[in-house]
Formats: sequence, C-alpha cells, structure tokens
Amino acid sequence: MHPFGVPIGVWINAFLTLCILSFLYKDNPFFRFAESLFAGMSLGYYIGIVTENTLRPNLFRPLAQNFWGNVLLLIPMALGIMLYFRYIPSVAWLARIALAVYIGYYVGVYLMQKLHGDILFQSRDTIVSLRAGGVDTLWNIIVMVGVFSVLIYFYFSAEHKGALGKVSKLGIYFLMISFGASFGYTIMARISLLMGRFSFLVNTWLRPIISS
Amino acid sequence: MRRTLPLFLTFVVGMFPIFAFFVPHRAVSDLNQQLDTWLVIVAAFALPLGVVNLVGSNITKIKRKQKGWPYSIVLLAGLSVMAFYGIMGGEQGFHPKFQYMFVNMVSPLQATMFSLLAFYVASAAYRAFRARNIEATVLLAAAIIVMLGRIPFGDMLTGGRMTPLSEWIMTKPNAAAQRGIIIGAALGAASMQIRVILGIERTYLGKGQE
Repeated sequence: MHPFGVPIGVWINAFLTLCILSFLYKDNPFFRFAESLFAGMSLGYYIGIVTENTLRPNLFRPLAQNFWGNVLLLIPMALGIMLYFRYIPSVAWLARIALAVYIGYYVGVYLMQKLHGDILFQSRDTIVSLRAGGVDTLWNIIVMVGVFSVLIYFYFSAEHKGALGKVSKLGIYFLMISFGASFGYTIMARISLLMGRFSFLVNTWLRPIISS
Repeated sequence: MRRTLPLFLTFVVGMFPIFAFFVPHRAVSDLNQQLDTWLVIVAAFALPLGVVNLVGSNITKIKRKQKGWPYSIVLLAGLSVMAFYGIMGGEQGFHPKFQYMFVNMVSPLQATMFSLLAFYVASAAYRAFRARNIEATVLLAAAIIVMLGRIPFGDMLTGGRMTPLSEWIMTKPNAAAQRGIIIGAALGAASMQIRVILGIERTYLGKGQE
C-alpha cells in the first residue's frame, strides 16, 4: 500500500513523529496517545528481545533439541518461575530464594568488575609516565591532578578546609568543566536526533508526496 | 530458615564469581560459565515481573475509569501486539512484523521523544544558567566550546581552532573528572556489594526482612 506514492510504514512513522512534536505547542491527546503507545511498545520490544536473544537460545532451544542432556536448565527455569511466587502469599517466601541467588550472583560479578575494571584500570590509566615528552607530559599532569582533586572533593571524612579545601575547590572546577562538556554533548546529540527527524519528514515523507 | 536461607545463598552464590576470578582452574571457570548462563535465564524471567505490575495497574485504571484510562488501552494494546510478535519469532530470527513495527513505530517514537528534550534542556538551561560565579562561568564556557566544536560554524568563527579545543576538553579535563567520578562511584558500589554478600544490607529481600 503506497498512498500518494509513500509506503504506509512511512505514513505511520510521520504521524507518530508529528504526534510527539505536537507537545511543543502544548500537551494534547495526540501526544498522550503516542506517549502511551511508545511506553507499551518499548516494553513489548524488550520482551521480544529477551525471548529471542536470551530465552530461545539458552533455554527453549536446548531443551527442545535434547531435553535429558540439558535437564539441568530446569534449575534456572524453576528459579525464574519462583520469582512469581511473591504473588501467592502462602509460598511468597520462596521468591526470596530465587531473588537471593539472582542478587548474590550479580553482586559478586559486579564487585569484581568494579574493583578490577573500574578502580584498577582507571587508576592505572591515570598514573602514567611523566616522561611522555613535550606537551603530553603537561596533559598527563593535568589529568592526574584532575582525578586526584575530584576524588578529594568526594572525600567526606574530613572537613574541606586548608589544603584539602583548596584541592577540593580545584576538583569542583574540573567537575564543572565535565558537567558543561556533558551538557553540550547531550544537547548536540539531541539536536542531531531532531535534525534526523526533520530530514525524515521532509525528504522521506513530504518530498515523494509533492513530487507524486 | 525463611530468613537465613536467602542470606546464606546470597553469600555462597555471591562469593563464587570472586572465587572464580582468583582461581583460574578449568573446572571452576566452567562452573562459573554455567552459572552465568543460568543467571541470564533467571534475569530474563525477572523482566515480566515489571510487566505484570504495569499491566495490573493499567487494568485497574481502565476498570475504575480513572482519568486518562483510554491511554491505558493504547499502552496495553501496544505492549500486547509488540510482545506477541516478539515471542512469535522462529529459527530465522525476529518475526518480520516485529521488525516492521520497530523500524516504523518504536524507533521514530524513541528518536522524536529524545529530540524533544533538546528544546526543554535548552530552555531550562537558558533560564537556569547564569554566569553568577566562577564555577558557573566555567560550566557555561565548557558547554559552549563543546557545542561549537561539534558544528562547522564553530570552526568557521575561530579559524579551525574550536574542534581541537573541544576535543581537548573532552579528552583531558572532562576525562579526568569522569575518571574521578567513576573511581568514586565504583568504590561506593563495591562497598555496598560487600555489604550485600555479607548479609549486612538486606533491603533487597523486601519489607520486614531488613
């Protein structure tokens, strides 16, 4: 179906885009419709992604192909189902067992990731050689001083007075530069998205209609 | 038992990845890999928990004809149709209708919703950002330089100096501050995770279990 030479998918796409953009005028039923549709479809999308990328290859397919060879997969399946026991008061406590295993494992995994991946790696990349030469040495010093001063700013076990206060103040300047940079970067990313939408409306939707 | 068993399991299962990290034995890493696959499955089962709550609250809203109830029907319809085609995928991957709805509905809705924020962040910034003191001025200057550094107009104004300056801000002072934040946050998260493994932090078990 190509009304006015434009595929129906493009019409839907354009209609929903305009519904959202209509909020710039004021809150209205078209925006509320698109907002609700977006919330529902996003969740439906994640259900599809989880089914296709996680449950099908790791659980359903192995069990369908060789049930007895993969019978142990019934354990995580049972744990997953146990999470829903919270809705049955008499066995609600069993849901906590599944939750405990789930939380416990990911806490252990993330603990090592945080210690090894974040703290050690970021510290290693901060404490670099000052023999880089030329202006790079200066940049390395700036990064090192920046990281140190920001960490001092987040150190709350002592009052920020005297030398500690001065270093902490320097940390604030580094943080302000970072927040400003993040803000500028976010704005530009959003404007880039907006340009993409307008480009779609003009080039993909309107232009074929006008030329048809 | 109802209280101790979950805490014991959290400790044992939580210690295992730590143990596996320090013990590079084949049997341990295989078991860890197995556990990882299992817990990915459990996590996948956890997602519909949120769906159950969302569906429940929206059905209640429709039943009681609360304000804005027709939008709850739209939400549930969108959720049902998308989830249905998401589950209906086969050996060839996602169902074609699922992909069609993603390309023509979810993706544009998401992009437009986020692009809308450009207007509101910019207008909020216009009202809130004032160069009242040195800190605010530094923030403002960094934001302007980074924004101008991302467009050709910035280079046109400054003879090509804006992009390198913007890059320098992103890779030197910004990276330093971000690194400080990451290290600080990681230290905080790690201490909280140790509290969970040791059973000091129990709020995740729910009300009355702390």
